Amino acid sequence: MEHNSQSSPHVYEGPPDYRVVGRHAVFPETSHDEVERINYLAQMNRFLSTSIVPGVRAAYETEVQPKFQKKHGHGISNRHEARKALLENSIFCFWSAVRRATMEQRQQAGRWTAIRQRERLAEIAKELTNDDDRLELDSEIVIPRYVSGVDHHCMPGSYHSEYFAGDVTNGANYDHAGFVTTAGLLGKYSDGGGKAVVNWVKKNLPDFHPKNILEIGGTVGHSSLPIAEAYPDAQMTVVDVGAPVLRYALARAKSLNVENIRFVQASGEDLSRFPDASFDWIQTTMFLHELSSSALRNIFNETRRLLKPGGIVLHVEQPQYTSNMPIFEQTMRDWDAFYNNEPFWSRMHEIDLTQQMVDAGFDAKNIIHGGVTGVVDKELFPDAAEDESEDFGRKAAWHVIGGKV
Amino acid sequence: MSIEAALREAGAKPAGKRPWFLDEDVETVLAITLSVSQELTVARQRIDTLERLLESKGILTRAEVENYTPDKQAADERALWVQEYISRVLRVLQQRGEASATNTDVASEDLGDELAR
Repeated sequence: MEHNSQSSPHVYEGPPDYRVVGRHAVFPETSHDEVERINYLAQMNRFLSTSIVPGVRAAYETEVQPKFQKKHGHGISNRHEARKALLENSIFCFWSAVRRATMEQRQQAGRWTAIRQRERLAEIAKELTNDDDRLELDSEIVIPRYVSGVDHHCMPGSYHSEYFAGDVTNGANYDHAGFVTTAGLLGKYSDGGGKAVVNWVKKNLPDFHPKNILEIGGTVGHSSLPIAEAYPDAQMTVVDVGAPVLRYALARAKSLNVENIRFVQASGEDLSRFPDASFDWIQTTMFLHELSSSALRNIFNETRRLLKPGGIVLHVEQPQYTSNMPIFEQTMRDWDAFYNNEPFWSRMHEIDLTQQMVDAGFDAKNIIHGGVTGVVDKELFPDAAEDESEDFGRKAAWHVIGGKV
Repeated sequence: MSIEAALREAGAKPAGKRPWFLDEDVETVLAITLSVSQELTVARQRIDTLERLLESKGILTRAEVENYTPDKQAADERALWVQEYISRVLRVLQQRGEASATNTDVASEDLGDELAR
Protein backbone atom coordinates (compact mmCIF):
# COMPACT_ATOMS: atom_id res chain seq x y z
CA MET A 1 0.00 0.00 0.00
CA GLU A 2 1.28 3.47 -0.86
CA HIS A 3 1.19 6.25 1.65
CA ASN A 4 1.49 9.94 1.17
CA SER A 5 3.89 11.86 3.36
CA GLN A 6 1.28 12.65 6.03
CA SER A 7 -0.10 9.19 6.66
CA SER A 8 1.18 6.72 9.21
CA PRO A 9 3.54 4.01 7.98
CA HIS A 10 1.69 1.51 10.20
CA VAL A 11 -1.03 -0.86 9.04
CA TYR A 12 -4.14 -0.39 11.16
CA GLU A 13 -5.38 -3.33 13.19
CA GLY A 14 -8.37 -3.07 15.46
CA PRO A 15 -12.08 -2.41 15.57
CA PRO A 16 -13.74 -0.93 12.47
CA ASP A 17 -15.17 2.56 12.62
CA TYR A 18 -18.62 2.38 14.23
CA ARG A 19 -20.16 3.92 11.12
CA VAL A 20 -20.08 0.51 9.39
CA VAL A 21 -22.79 -0.89 11.70
CA GLY A 22 -26.10 -1.79 10.10
CA ARG A 23 -29.06 0.47 10.81
CA HIS A 24 -32.78 -0.16 10.82
CA ALA A 25 -35.94 1.80 11.60
CA VAL A 26 -35.62 1.80 15.42
CA PHE A 27 -31.83 2.08 15.55
CA PRO A 28 -31.01 5.33 17.35
CA GLU A 29 -29.55 8.21 15.40
CA THR A 30 -25.98 8.82 16.47
CA SER A 31 -24.22 12.15 16.21
CA HIS A 32 -20.60 12.51 15.16
CA ASP A 33 -19.49 12.79 18.78
CA GLU A 34 -21.64 9.89 19.95
CA VAL A 35 -20.02 7.71 17.33
CA GLU A 36 -16.56 8.81 18.44
CA ARG A 37 -17.46 8.11 22.08
CA ILE A 38 -18.25 4.52 21.08
CA ASN A 39 -15.13 4.25 18.90
CA TYR A 40 -13.01 5.38 21.84
CA LEU A 41 -14.51 2.76 24.17
CA ALA A 42 -14.07 -0.05 21.65
CA GLN A 43 -10.41 1.01 21.32
CA MET A 44 -10.06 1.21 25.10
CA ASN A 45 -11.33 -2.37 25.50
CA ARG A 46 -8.92 -3.54 22.83
CA PHE A 47 -6.04 -1.68 24.48
CA LEU A 48 -6.85 -3.23 27.84
CA SER A 49 -6.96 -6.77 26.45
CA THR A 50 -3.93 -6.51 24.17
CA SER A 51 -1.65 -4.16 26.12
CA ILE A 52 -2.56 -4.36 29.80
CA VAL A 53 -3.67 -7.97 30.29
CA PRO A 54 -0.21 -9.33 29.34
CA GLY A 55 1.14 -7.28 32.24
CA VAL A 56 -1.53 -8.70 34.54
CA ARG A 57 -0.52 -12.19 33.46
CA ALA A 58 3.15 -11.39 34.12
CA ALA A 59 2.31 -9.99 37.55
CA TYR A 60 0.34 -13.15 38.32
CA GLU A 61 3.28 -15.34 37.42
CA THR A 62 6.12 -13.31 38.90
CA GLU A 63 4.50 -11.64 41.91
CA VAL A 64 1.11 -13.07 42.88
CA GLN A 65 1.91 -16.79 42.67
CA PRO A 66 5.26 -16.59 44.51
CA LYS A 67 3.72 -14.41 47.23
CA PHE A 68 0.86 -16.88 47.69
CA GLN A 69 3.27 -19.84 47.78
CA LYS A 70 5.39 -18.14 50.43
CA LYS A 71 2.40 -17.25 52.57
CA HIS A 72 0.51 -20.56 52.36
CA GLY A 73 3.24 -23.12 51.70
CA HIS A 74 1.47 -24.33 48.55
CA GLY A 75 0.56 -23.00 45.15
CA ILE A 76 -2.73 -21.47 44.03
CA SER A 77 -5.14 -24.35 43.56
CA ASN A 78 -8.28 -22.73 42.11
CA ARG A 79 -9.67 -19.55 40.55
CA HIS A 80 -11.14 -18.29 43.81
CA GLU A 81 -7.75 -18.33 45.55
CA ALA A 82 -6.26 -16.72 42.45
CA ARG A 83 -8.82 -13.91 42.38
CA LYS A 84 -8.39 -13.06 46.04
CA ALA A 85 -4.60 -13.09 45.66
CA LEU A 86 -4.83 -10.87 42.58
CA LEU A 87 -6.92 -8.34 44.49
CA GLU A 88 -3.76 -7.61 46.51
CA ASN A 89 -1.84 -6.80 43.32
CA SER A 90 -1.96 -3.20 42.13
CA ILE A 91 -1.58 -4.00 38.41
CA PHE A 92 -4.64 -6.25 38.56
CA CYS A 93 -6.50 -3.62 40.55
CA PHE A 94 -5.65 -0.82 38.12
CA TRP A 95 -6.70 -2.95 35.15
CA SER A 96 -9.92 -3.83 36.98
CA ALA A 97 -10.63 -0.21 37.91
CA VAL A 98 -10.18 0.93 34.30
CA ARG A 99 -12.23 -1.98 32.95
CA ARG A 100 -15.07 -1.20 35.36
CA ALA A 101 -14.94 2.50 34.50
CA THR A 102 -15.02 1.63 30.79
CA MET A 103 -18.14 -0.50 31.29
CA GLU A 104 -19.82 2.39 33.06
CA GLN A 105 -18.78 4.87 30.37
CA ARG A 106 -20.24 2.54 27.73
CA GLN A 107 -23.58 2.52 29.52
CA GLN A 108 -23.61 6.28 29.97
CA ALA A 109 -22.77 6.82 26.31
CA GLY A 110 -25.38 4.35 25.04
CA ARG A 111 -28.09 5.51 27.41
CA TRP A 112 -27.61 9.15 26.57
CA THR A 113 -28.05 8.45 22.87
CA ALA A 114 -31.15 6.31 23.48
CA ILE A 115 -32.74 8.53 26.12
CA ARG A 116 -32.42 11.80 24.21
CA GLN A 117 -34.55 10.39 21.37
CA ARG A 118 -36.66 7.83 23.19
CA GLU A 119 -40.03 9.42 22.50
CA ARG A 120 -39.27 9.36 18.77
CA LEU A 121 -38.04 5.75 18.91
CA ALA A 122 -41.16 4.70 20.82
CA GLU A 123 -43.31 6.31 18.11
CA ILE A 124 -41.49 4.41 15.37
CA ALA A 125 -41.82 1.15 17.32
CA LYS A 126 -45.51 1.83 17.84
CA GLU A 127 -46.11 2.44 14.14
CA LEU A 128 -44.36 -0.81 13.28
CA THR A 129 -45.90 -3.02 15.97
CA ASN A 130 -49.37 -1.60 16.67
CA ASP A 131 -52.07 -4.27 16.34
CA ASP A 132 -49.48 -6.80 15.23
CA ASP A 133 -50.22 -10.12 16.93
CA ARG A 134 -46.58 -11.09 16.59
CA LEU A 135 -45.91 -9.03 19.73
CA GLU A 136 -47.44 -10.55 22.87
CA LEU A 137 -46.68 -8.65 26.06
CA ASP A 138 -47.67 -9.74 29.55
CA SER A 139 -48.02 -6.86 32.00
CA GLU A 140 -48.42 -9.37 34.86
CA ILE A 141 -45.02 -10.98 34.37
CA VAL A 142 -42.86 -11.29 37.49
CA ILE A 143 -39.25 -10.32 36.78
CA PRO A 144 -37.10 -13.04 38.35
CA ARG A 145 -34.52 -12.25 41.01
CA TYR A 146 -31.68 -13.27 38.67
CA VAL A 147 -32.66 -10.40 36.36
CA SER A 148 -33.75 -7.79 38.90
CA GLY A 149 -31.16 -8.31 41.68
CA VAL A 150 -28.26 -6.57 39.98
CA ASP A 151 -28.31 -5.01 36.51
CA HIS A 152 -26.45 -7.39 34.18
CA HIS A 153 -23.20 -6.03 32.77
CA CYS A 154 -23.86 -2.76 34.62
CA MET A 155 -26.70 -1.86 32.23
CA PRO A 156 -28.97 0.38 34.31
CA GLY A 157 -32.55 -0.87 34.22
CA SER A 158 -31.44 -4.12 32.55
CA TYR A 159 -33.66 -5.52 29.76
CA HIS A 160 -36.98 -5.08 31.49
CA SER A 161 -37.30 -1.55 32.94
CA GLU A 162 -39.53 0.78 30.98
CA TYR A 163 -39.80 4.47 31.58
CA PHE A 164 -43.18 5.15 29.98
CA ALA A 165 -45.84 3.21 28.07
CA GLY A 166 -44.45 1.86 24.82
CA ASP A 167 -40.84 2.61 25.80
CA VAL A 168 -37.94 0.96 23.93
CA THR A 169 -35.02 2.80 25.58
CA ASN A 170 -33.30 -0.23 27.03
CA GLY A 171 -33.63 -2.18 23.80
CA ALA A 172 -32.10 0.71 21.87
CA ASN A 173 -29.23 1.11 24.30
CA TYR A 174 -28.48 -2.63 24.36
CA ASP A 175 -28.55 -2.84 20.55
CA HIS A 176 -26.66 0.20 19.34
CA ALA A 177 -23.78 0.36 21.82
CA GLY A 178 -23.03 -3.36 22.22
CA PHE A 179 -20.33 -2.64 19.63
CA VAL A 180 -18.18 -1.29 22.46
CA THR A 181 -17.83 -4.73 24.06
CA THR A 182 -17.59 -6.84 20.93
CA ALA A 183 -15.51 -4.35 18.88
CA GLY A 184 -17.24 -5.49 15.72
CA LEU A 185 -16.71 -9.22 16.25
CA LEU A 186 -20.48 -9.78 16.02
CA GLY A 187 -20.76 -8.03 12.66
CA LYS A 188 -23.02 -5.47 11.03
CA TYR A 189 -26.24 -6.36 12.86
CA SER A 190 -24.66 -7.97 15.96
CA ASP A 191 -25.85 -11.21 14.44
CA GLY A 192 -22.56 -13.11 14.08
CA GLY A 193 -23.62 -15.52 16.81
CA GLY A 194 -26.89 -16.45 15.11
CA LYS A 195 -25.15 -16.80 11.74
CA ALA A 196 -22.56 -19.06 13.34
CA VAL A 197 -25.29 -21.29 14.77
CA VAL A 198 -27.01 -21.49 11.38
CA ASN A 199 -23.75 -22.51 9.69
CA TRP A 200 -23.14 -25.12 12.37
CA VAL A 201 -26.61 -26.62 11.97
CA LYS A 202 -26.50 -26.61 8.15
CA LYS A 203 -23.11 -28.31 8.20
CA ASN A 204 -23.74 -30.85 10.96
CA LEU A 205 -27.44 -31.51 10.42
CA PRO A 206 -27.95 -31.04 6.66
CA ASP A 207 -31.22 -33.00 6.64
CA PHE A 208 -32.77 -31.03 9.49
CA HIS A 209 -35.72 -28.95 8.26
CA PRO A 210 -37.30 -27.26 11.29
CA LYS A 211 -40.83 -25.89 11.05
CA ASN A 212 -41.17 -24.38 14.52
CA ILE A 213 -38.20 -22.74 16.22
CA LEU A 214 -38.00 -21.18 19.69
CA GLU A 215 -35.30 -18.91 21.09
CA ILE A 216 -35.36 -18.33 24.85
CA GLY A 217 -33.94 -15.06 26.17
CA GLY A 218 -33.65 -13.60 22.69
CA THR A 219 -33.72 -9.89 23.76
CA VAL A 220 -33.78 -7.72 20.61
CA GLY A 221 -33.40 -10.69 18.26
CA HIS A 222 -29.69 -10.35 17.39
CA SER A 223 -29.22 -14.11 17.18
CA SER A 224 -32.81 -14.99 16.24
CA LEU A 225 -33.11 -13.13 12.95
CA PRO A 226 -30.35 -15.07 11.15
CA ILE A 227 -32.08 -18.32 12.13
CA ALA A 228 -35.50 -17.12 10.92
CA GLU A 229 -33.90 -15.92 7.68
CA ALA A 230 -32.04 -19.19 7.12
CA TYR A 231 -35.25 -21.21 7.47
CA PRO A 232 -37.88 -19.06 5.71
CA ASP A 233 -40.47 -21.86 5.79
CA ALA A 234 -40.22 -22.07 9.57
CA GLN A 235 -42.04 -20.01 12.18
CA MET A 236 -39.75 -18.58 14.83
CA THR A 237 -40.86 -17.61 18.35
CA VAL A 238 -38.65 -15.55 20.66
CA VAL A 239 -39.40 -15.30 24.37
CA ASP A 240 -37.88 -12.86 26.85
CA VAL A 241 -38.92 -11.29 30.16
CA GLY A 242 -38.28 -7.70 29.01
CA ALA A 243 -41.04 -5.70 27.30
CA PRO A 244 -38.80 -2.87 25.99
CA VAL A 245 -36.46 -5.31 24.22
CA LEU A 246 -39.36 -7.28 22.70
CA ARG A 247 -41.12 -4.17 21.40
CA TYR A 248 -37.85 -3.01 19.90
CA ALA A 249 -37.19 -6.53 18.54
CA LEU A 250 -40.37 -6.82 16.47
CA ALA A 251 -39.93 -3.32 15.07
CA ARG A 252 -36.31 -4.14 14.24
CA ALA A 253 -37.22 -7.48 12.61
CA LYS A 254 -39.95 -5.95 10.44
CA SER A 255 -37.72 -3.09 9.43
CA LEU A 256 -35.12 -5.66 8.36
CA ASN A 257 -37.81 -7.55 6.40
CA VAL A 258 -37.85 -10.64 8.59
CA GLU A 259 -41.51 -11.57 8.89
CA ASN A 260 -41.57 -15.22 10.06
CA ILE A 261 -40.86 -14.31 13.66
CA ARG A 262 -42.89 -13.36 16.71
CA PHE A 263 -41.94 -12.08 20.15
CA VAL A 264 -43.58 -13.21 23.38
CA GLN A 265 -43.01 -11.83 26.88
CA ALA A 266 -42.54 -14.89 29.08
CA SER A 267 -40.03 -16.54 31.37
CA GLY A 268 -38.22 -19.53 29.90
CA GLU A 269 -38.86 -21.30 33.18
CA ASP A 270 -42.58 -21.49 32.54
CA LEU A 271 -43.52 -21.94 28.91
CA SER A 272 -46.79 -23.71 29.74
CA ARG A 273 -48.51 -21.56 27.13
CA PHE A 274 -46.91 -23.94 24.59
CA PRO A 275 -48.08 -27.58 24.53
CA ASP A 276 -45.65 -30.50 24.78
CA ALA A 277 -43.66 -31.21 21.60
CA SER A 278 -44.27 -27.78 20.05
CA PHE A 279 -40.84 -27.08 18.56
CA ASP A 280 -38.29 -28.70 16.28
CA TRP A 281 -35.46 -26.48 17.46
CA ILE A 282 -34.93 -24.57 20.68
CA GLN A 283 -32.02 -22.13 20.88
CA THR A 284 -30.35 -20.05 23.58
CA THR A 285 -27.43 -17.76 22.78
CA MET A 286 -25.19 -16.32 25.53
CA PHE A 287 -28.14 -16.69 27.87
CA LEU A 288 -27.48 -19.46 30.42
CA HIS A 289 -25.01 -17.34 32.40
CA GLU A 290 -27.74 -14.81 33.23
CA LEU A 291 -29.88 -17.39 35.09
CA SER A 292 -29.73 -19.22 38.43
CA SER A 293 -29.21 -22.89 39.26
CA SER A 294 -32.93 -23.55 39.63
CA ALA A 295 -33.83 -21.48 36.55
CA LEU A 296 -31.28 -23.39 34.48
CA ARG A 297 -32.82 -26.69 35.62
CA ASN A 298 -36.34 -25.45 34.91
CA ILE A 299 -35.41 -24.20 31.45
CA PHE A 300 -33.63 -27.43 30.54
CA ASN A 301 -36.75 -29.34 31.66
CA GLU A 302 -38.98 -27.07 29.58
CA THR A 303 -36.80 -27.51 26.49
CA ARG A 304 -37.04 -31.29 26.84
CA ARG A 305 -40.81 -31.11 27.21
CA LEU A 306 -41.26 -28.73 24.28
CA LEU A 307 -39.13 -30.58 21.74
CA LYS A 308 -40.77 -32.72 19.07
CA PRO A 309 -39.34 -36.17 18.33
CA GLY A 310 -36.30 -35.57 16.11
CA GLY A 311 -35.91 -32.05 17.50
CA ILE A 312 -32.78 -30.39 18.86
CA VAL A 313 -31.88 -27.91 21.55
CA LEU A 314 -28.68 -25.87 21.24
CA HIS A 315 -27.12 -23.61 23.87
CA VAL A 316 -24.31 -21.27 22.79
CA GLU A 317 -22.08 -20.07 25.63
CA GLN A 318 -18.55 -19.06 26.51
CA PRO A 319 -16.48 -22.19 27.28
CA GLN A 320 -16.94 -24.02 30.57
CA TYR A 321 -14.16 -24.03 33.14
CA THR A 322 -12.53 -27.43 33.04
CA SER A 323 -9.32 -28.79 34.53
CA ASN A 324 -7.78 -28.21 31.08
CA MET A 325 -8.28 -24.46 31.36
CA PRO A 326 -5.39 -22.72 33.18
CA ILE A 327 -6.34 -21.20 36.54
CA PHE A 328 -5.26 -17.74 35.35
CA GLU A 329 -7.62 -17.93 32.36
CA GLN A 330 -10.49 -19.14 34.56
CA THR A 331 -9.84 -16.26 36.94
CA MET A 332 -9.81 -13.66 34.19
CA ARG A 333 -12.97 -15.10 32.65
CA ASP A 334 -14.54 -14.98 36.11
CA TRP A 335 -13.99 -11.20 36.42
CA ASP A 336 -17.44 -10.39 35.03
CA ALA A 337 -19.11 -12.52 37.70
CA PHE A 338 -17.78 -10.38 40.50
CA TYR A 339 -17.13 -6.98 38.95
CA ASN A 340 -19.42 -6.65 35.95
CA ASN A 341 -22.70 -7.75 37.51
CA GLU A 342 -22.91 -11.25 36.06
CA PRO A 343 -23.70 -12.99 39.35
CA PHE A 344 -24.36 -16.48 37.93
CA TRP A 345 -21.44 -16.45 35.47
CA SER A 346 -18.96 -18.14 37.81
CA ARG A 347 -21.26 -20.97 38.95
CA MET A 348 -22.70 -21.51 35.50
CA HIS A 349 -19.29 -22.07 33.97
CA GLU A 350 -18.39 -24.82 36.42
CA ILE A 351 -21.68 -26.74 36.09
CA ASP A 352 -21.56 -30.11 34.33
CA LEU A 353 -23.97 -29.13 31.57
CA THR A 354 -23.94 -32.61 30.06
CA GLN A 355 -25.21 -34.03 33.35
CA GLN A 356 -27.80 -31.23 33.56
CA MET A 357 -29.05 -32.22 30.10
CA VAL A 358 -29.28 -35.87 31.16
CA ASP A 359 -31.08 -34.86 34.35
CA ALA A 360 -33.60 -32.99 32.19
CA GLY A 361 -34.37 -36.18 30.30
CA PHE A 362 -31.99 -36.10 27.34
CA ASP A 363 -30.33 -39.39 26.47
CA ALA A 364 -26.60 -39.26 27.27
CA LYS A 365 -25.74 -40.62 23.83
CA ASN A 366 -27.68 -37.81 22.14
CA ILE A 367 -25.82 -34.92 23.76
CA ILE A 368 -24.27 -32.51 21.25
CA HIS A 369 -20.92 -30.72 21.72
CA GLY A 370 -19.46 -28.24 19.28
CA GLY A 371 -17.69 -24.91 18.86
CA VAL A 372 -18.41 -21.84 16.75
CA THR A 373 -16.97 -18.38 16.12
CA GLY A 374 -18.81 -15.25 15.05
CA VAL A 375 -19.63 -15.05 11.33
CA VAL A 376 -19.16 -11.54 9.95
CA ASP A 377 -18.64 -9.64 6.71
CA LYS A 378 -14.84 -9.92 6.67
CA GLU A 379 -14.48 -6.92 4.35
CA LEU A 380 -15.60 -4.64 7.16
CA PHE A 381 -15.40 -6.56 10.43
CA PRO A 382 -12.74 -8.53 12.29
CA ASP A 383 -13.01 -12.30 12.06
CA ALA A 384 -13.07 -13.92 15.49
CA ALA A 385 -11.65 -17.15 14.04
CA GLU A 386 -8.50 -15.28 12.97
CA ASP A 387 -8.30 -12.82 15.84
CA GLU A 388 -5.60 -13.79 18.28
CA SER A 389 -6.48 -11.23 20.94
CA GLU A 390 -8.39 -12.56 23.95
CA ASP A 391 -10.73 -10.49 26.06
CA PHE A 392 -11.62 -13.26 28.47
CA GLY A 393 -15.31 -13.98 28.22
CA ARG A 394 -16.07 -11.38 25.56
CA LYS A 395 -14.58 -12.88 22.40
CA ALA A 396 -16.98 -14.16 19.76
CA ALA A 397 -15.78 -17.77 20.16
CA TRP A 398 -18.25 -20.05 21.86
CA HIS A 399 -19.05 -23.62 22.82
CA VAL A 400 -22.22 -25.31 21.71
CA ILE A 401 -23.92 -27.81 23.98
CA GLY A 402 -27.18 -29.37 23.06
CA GLY A 403 -29.23 -32.49 22.68
CA LYS A 404 -31.45 -34.40 20.28
CA VAL A 405 -34.62 -36.24 21.14
CA MET B 1 -38.18 15.46 29.50
CA SER B 2 -35.86 18.08 30.98
CA ILE B 3 -32.18 18.13 30.13
CA GLU B 4 -31.40 17.57 33.81
CA ALA B 5 -33.58 14.43 33.94
CA ALA B 6 -32.13 13.04 30.73
CA LEU B 7 -28.55 13.54 31.90
CA ARG B 8 -29.30 12.06 35.31
CA GLU B 9 -30.88 8.96 33.76
CA ALA B 10 -28.08 8.54 31.24
CA GLY B 11 -25.58 8.44 34.09
CA ALA B 12 -27.72 6.27 36.38
CA LYS B 13 -26.04 3.75 38.64
CA PRO B 14 -26.78 0.12 37.76
CA ALA B 15 -28.48 -1.94 40.48
CA GLY B 16 -25.77 -3.71 42.46
CA LYS B 17 -23.07 -2.58 44.87
CA ARG B 18 -20.05 -1.12 43.06
CA PRO B 19 -16.69 -2.83 43.62
CA TRP B 20 -13.73 -0.56 44.35
CA PHE B 21 -10.31 -1.90 43.41
CA LEU B 22 -8.19 1.01 44.60
CA ASP B 23 -8.68 3.48 47.38
CA GLU B 24 -12.25 4.65 46.71
CA ASP B 25 -11.27 8.27 46.27
CA VAL B 26 -8.34 7.45 44.04
CA GLU B 27 -10.53 5.30 41.85
CA THR B 28 -13.13 8.05 41.72
CA VAL B 29 -10.54 10.42 40.35
CA LEU B 30 -9.35 7.75 37.92
CA ALA B 31 -12.91 7.39 36.58
CA ILE B 32 -13.14 11.13 36.11
CA THR B 33 -9.81 11.18 34.32
CA LEU B 34 -10.86 8.36 31.99
CA SER B 35 -14.01 10.23 31.05
CA VAL B 36 -11.93 13.28 30.26
CA SER B 37 -9.67 11.08 28.16
CA GLN B 38 -12.74 9.88 26.25
CA GLU B 39 -14.05 13.36 25.66
CA LEU B 40 -10.65 14.63 24.57
CA THR B 41 -10.58 11.86 21.97
CA VAL B 42 -14.07 12.79 20.81
CA ALA B 43 -13.10 16.44 20.49
CA ARG B 44 -9.89 15.59 18.69
CA GLN B 45 -11.78 13.43 16.18
CA ARG B 46 -14.30 16.19 15.56
CA ILE B 47 -11.55 18.68 14.88
CA ASP B 48 -9.95 16.17 12.56
CA THR B 49 -13.26 15.71 10.71
CA LEU B 50 -13.63 19.46 10.30
CA GLU B 51 -10.09 20.03 9.16
CA ARG B 52 -10.32 17.29 6.56
CA LEU B 53 -13.66 18.56 5.23
CA LEU B 54 -12.59 22.19 5.16
CA GLU B 55 -9.31 21.35 3.57
CA SER B 56 -10.99 19.26 0.88
CA LYS B 57 -13.43 22.05 0.06
CA GLY B 58 -11.00 24.94 0.36
CA ILE B 59 -13.52 26.84 2.52
CA LEU B 60 -11.87 28.17 5.65
CA THR B 61 -8.64 29.57 6.93
CA ARG B 62 -7.24 28.98 10.38
CA ALA B 63 -7.53 32.72 11.18
CA GLU B 64 -11.32 32.60 10.79
CA VAL B 65 -11.47 29.81 13.39
CA GLU B 66 -9.26 31.78 15.78
CA ASN B 67 -11.44 34.89 15.51
CA TYR B 68 -14.85 33.20 15.72
CA THR B 69 -17.46 34.77 18.10
CA PRO B 70 -20.71 32.82 18.71
CA ASP B 71 -24.10 34.57 18.52
CA LYS B 72 -26.72 34.03 21.25
CA GLN B 73 -28.13 30.79 19.84
CA ALA B 74 -24.71 29.36 19.15
CA ALA B 75 -23.55 30.33 22.62
CA ASP B 76 -26.58 28.56 24.17
CA GLU B 77 -25.95 25.42 22.14
CA ARG B 78 -22.30 25.43 23.14
CA ALA B 79 -23.19 25.94 26.81
CA LEU B 80 -25.68 23.05 26.74
CA TRP B 81 -22.94 20.86 25.36
CA VAL B 82 -20.69 21.84 28.26
CA GLN B 83 -23.44 20.84 30.72
CA GLU B 84 -23.69 17.45 29.06
CA TYR B 85 -19.92 17.15 29.12
CA ILE B 86 -19.55 17.92 32.80
CA SER B 87 -22.25 15.44 33.85
CA ARG B 88 -20.51 12.78 31.80
CA VAL B 89 -17.13 13.49 33.35
CA LEU B 90 -18.47 13.64 36.90
CA ARG B 91 -20.81 10.63 36.51
CA VAL B 92 -18.95 8.69 39.17
CA LEU B 93 -19.75 11.29 41.80
CA GLN B 94 -23.42 11.18 40.84
CA GLN B 95 -23.36 7.41 41.28
CA ARG B 96 -21.67 7.60 44.68
CA GLY B 97 -24.50 9.89 45.74
CA GLU B 98 -27.07 7.42 44.41
CA ALA B 99 -25.33 4.58 46.24
CA SER B 100 -25.48 6.54 49.47
CA ALA B 101 -29.21 7.00 49.00
CA THR B 102 -30.02 3.26 48.82
CA ASN B 103 -29.58 0.51 51.39
CA THR B 104 -30.98 -2.35 49.29
CA ASP B 105 -28.05 -2.91 46.91
CA VAL B 106 -26.64 -6.41 46.87
CA ALA B 107 -23.16 -7.35 45.62
CA SER B 108 -23.04 -9.55 42.54
CA GLU B 109 -20.80 -11.94 44.50
CA ASP B 110 -23.40 -12.33 47.25
CA LEU B 111 -26.31 -12.72 44.84
CA GLY B 112 -24.28 -15.37 43.03
CA ASP B 113 -24.24 -17.44 46.23
CA GLU B 114 -28.00 -17.01 46.55
CA LEU B 115 -28.70 -17.86 42.91
CA ALA B 116 -26.52 -20.97 43.05
CA ARG B 117 -28.66 -22.48 45.79
